Amino acid sequence: MASSGTIQLIYLQDCQSRQSSRKEVMARLPKPAEGSWTEHYGLGTAPVSYEGTTSPEYYEVEREAVFRRSWLHVGRVEQVDRTGAYFTKEIAVLGTSIVVVRDADGKVRAFHNICRHRGNKLVWTDFPSEETAGVCRQFTCKYHAWRYNLDGSLNFVQQEGEFFDLDKGAFGLVPVHCDVWQGFIFVNFADEPEQPLHEYLGPMLGALDGYPFERMTERRVYRTEIKANWKLFVDAAQEFYHAPVLHLKQNPPALALPMQDNGFEAPYYQIDGPHRVVSTNGIRAWDLPEDKRKRMDTITRSGLFGAWDAPDLGIEKMPAGINPGGCEPWGMDSFQVYPNFLLGIWSQNWVMSYTYWPTGFNSHVFEGTLHFIPAKTPGEYLAHEMAGVAFKEYLLQDANTLEATQMMLESGVVNRFPIGDQEVLCRALIEETDRWIADYKEKKGIS
Amino acid sequence: MSLLPAEFADLEPFAAKWCVDTEDERFAVRMASSMEEIQAFYDAFEPRAETAVAHCDRYTLDDLPEDGANLLRLLCALVQASFPVECWRQVKVPDTGAAAVDCIVQPAL
Repeated sequence: MASSGTIQLIYLQDCQSRQSSRKEVMARLPKPAEGSWTEHYGLGTAPVSYEGTTSPEYYEVEREAVFRRSWLHVGRVEQVDRTGAYFTKEIAVLGTSIVVVRDADGKVRAFHNICRHRGNKLVWTDFPSEETAGVCRQFTCKYHAWRYNLDGSLNFVQQEGEFFDLDKGAFGLVPVHCDVWQGFIFVNFADEPEQPLHEYLGPMLGALDGYPFERMTERRVYRTEIKANWKLFVDAAQEFYHAPVLHLKQNPPALALPMQDNGFEAPYYQIDGPHRVVSTNGIRAWDLPEDKRKRMDTITRSGLFGAWDAPDLGIEKMPAGINPGGCEPWGMDSFQVYPNFLLGIWSQNWVMSYTYWPTGFNSHVFEGTLHFIPAKTPGEYLAHEMAGVAFKEYLLQDANTLEATQMMLESGVVNRFPIGDQEVLCRALIEETDRWIADYKEKKGIS
Repeated sequence: MSLLPAEFADLEPFAAKWCVDTEDERFAVRMASSMEEIQAFYDAFEPRAETAVAHCDRYTLDDLPEDGANLLRLLCALVQASFPVECWRQVKVPDTGAAAVDCIVQPAL
C-alpha cells in the first residue's frame, strides 16, 4: 500500500528544498532517543531468516501455536443483523468450517459447521467448500434432517425411536469461543482461551473504543488467493518502504519523480504486545497543484486515500487511540491485530480491514473490506468507487509481487535478509511468531 | 432506446458497452477492450465528466432516475478507464500476470 505520508513528505520536500541531494534527504522525521524505532522497541538489528514463510514444518507448528491460540477476526455484526442471520467461514488453517449466527437472545455465537449425527457439513449451498450466508429459524442438516436451535442445541432427530439411549442434550453443535469488539466478531479455537478478547487486544487497540465503525455499513469486499505465505502479505501492509517503488506509477510524473528520489518515512510506529501500528502523514490532495494530481482524482474528488470530502463521523471527540502518535498532518493508522487482521483507519473518515487466511505454508486467501459511511449522493458513490478501484489496482501489484517473493525465498539460496528501520514491524512479526511457537513448544514439552 | 440523459446523447455508443452494474463487470469490459478503445472512451468523456457528476448530483442516490443511474455507471466505467490511460499506458496493471481480485460485495447501483 502507498501511504499519504509518502506523498505529503515528498511534496513538501520537493517544494522546500529542491537543491537537496539524495543523501541529504535521509531521516527527515525524528526517531526515538535510541536512534531507531527498531532499537526503541528492543528488537534485534541483525539480518533475519524467512524460514517461517518457506518451511512446511514451521507452518504445521504455527497452525497450533498461533492460529489455535489467538483471537481471529471472522466478520462484522452487521452480517448477522437479526435473529437467525448467519454466515459460514472456512478456516482452512485449522481444517474446519464454522457457522456464526445471531441467536434468539441477540447473542452472536459460533459453532463448528458439523452435524452431530454422522458428520455432514451442516450449512452450505451448492458447493460444500464455499462460504454461504442467510437467515434461518433453525439449522437443518441436508442429510437426515437433524435440527439445531440457533443456540446450538439439538431439537429434532428424524425417527428418534430408532436410536439407542440417545440423549439429545449431549449432541448439540460444537461451540467455538466467540466474542465481539466494536462490532468486529472474533473466534478462538482453544479449548479455553488464554485471555478474554478485550484483554488480548490490549490498551493500544482498546483505545479505539468509540470510533463509529457501526456507522460504516457500506462495504466493498475484495477477495483473492495468493500464492505466498500469509506473513509476506502482512509485511506488505505494515511497511510503506515499497510504496514509492512498486506503486510509483500510480502517481503523475510530477509527483512520482521526487517520490522516487526521497523514499518513504513513517512518522510513528508502536508495538503493544503482539499488535502493531504504523501511522502516516496526511495529504490535502485538493491543495496539490494540478500536475501532481491524477485527473480522475480531481473528477471524483477521491483516490486511494478516500473521498476528499470526509463525511461527518457523528462523534464529539476522536477516541484517543486514533492517530496515537499525534501526527500532524495525519494520514492514516494501519493497526496490525495479531495474527492475521489489519485495521486501517483513514483521516478521511473511512476504514479498511484485511484478513489473511492461510491455506498452506505458501498460500493464503486475502480478503480486504472497505467500510464507508453509506453514500447518499451519486457523487459520494463515485468517490467510493474511485477509492475501491484504486485499492484494487494496488492490490493486484502487491499480489503478484508476493508470489515472486515466495518463489525465490523457497529457493533457499539466501537465508539472511537485512531489514531496515522502516520495516520495523516486519521484524516484530517474525520475532513475535517465533515467540508464540517457542512458548507453545515449551508448554507442550516439545523440543 | 437511449440509455443516457439527452444532453449526453453523443456518449450513447459508449454507454451501450460500458454501462454495466458492478465493479467486476466494469473491470471485465476494460480487460476485453483494446487500449485504443479505452483511450477513445476516456477522450470522449473526460472533458465532460465534471458536468456529468453535477447532473447526477441534482438527485440523491435513492431518487436517481434510470438515465442518471446509467450516467453514474458510465462515470464508474471512466474510473476503470482512467488507470490504463493515466497510469499504465496499457490495459492491465503491469506485472500482474494471472493475478485476479474479485469484488465480491459492493453497494447496489
